[in-house]
Amino acid sequence: MRLSEIQKLLNCELISDALSSDPDIEQCFAADLMSDVLAYSTSEAILITGLSSIQSVHTADVADLRAIIFVHDKRPGPQVVELARNKKIPLLTTKLNLFDACGVLHGKGLKGA
Amino acid sequence: MFPAPVLDVIMEEEILYSETFRIHGNDFEHGGEVAAAVKSVMKQLGIRSDVIRRLSIANFECEMNVIMYADEAEFEFSVLPSQVRVVCKDRGQGIPDIGLAMQEGWSTATQQMRERGFGAGLGLPNIKRNSDKFEIESTPSVGTTLRYSVNLE
Repeated sequence: MRLSEIQKLLNCELISDALSSDPDIEQCFAADLMSDVLAYSTSEAILITGLSSIQSVHTADVADLRAIIFVHDKRPGPQVVELARNKKIPLLTTKLNLFDACGVLHGKGLKGA
Repeated sequence: MFPAPVLDVIMEEEILYSETFRIHGNDFEHGGEVAAAVKSVMKQLGIRSDVIRRLSIANFECEMNVIMYADEAEFEFSVLPSQVRVVCKDRGQGIPDIGLAMQEGWSTATQQMRERGFGAGLGLPNIKRNSDKFEIESTPSVGTTLRYSVNLE
């Protein structure tokens, strides 16, 4: 599933710049605990999280994740957005909670990473 | 009878690249920058992406451990013909019981650390899991030294 399709399904707002590419996403990982992401995620997944600190972007970068979707309409600060821009990691936010966001994507066939 | 040949004598390999970074305790704002810088260097050197990912994950956990628990550290990254290696030597409270610290889920983290998505007791096990070689030494009230590496082949 394309990231743009995920954006529509979760009614996401794009926080960083317009998507420079629209990667094909097969897997998702959802957690607020970055150590869990580092320990258990697989590369090229997207991260769904409620953690909007700068460590979420560093985590996505070192774990080779494709994008971050923040839940509960969370919005990271400008420093976080700037880092994501430099690392070419799209940031999106949805009003849905973590459970519902995962439920929607799971229902559409995305797998857990 | 001659003594058995000593097989475990390891010739020190030539260091092809080395860079040292300083990490400051409690500097959450910059937590992740050393791991990101080392990742960029590895990419430029054309190191395999699975090796980069494993070492980067270990580096990020190591960096956050220093920020959360130590006063400061010297983080030395080296590229050798057969491996990428890190030696991170910190000055700080040290670890009184390494066996406990290596157990997943054991943690002395504060609320501030947990708010950053760390401090769940997964750091050291995560570094070990992503390394081919892992050594830890610690002296309470002095500091901790981690040595870990990922094989290139």
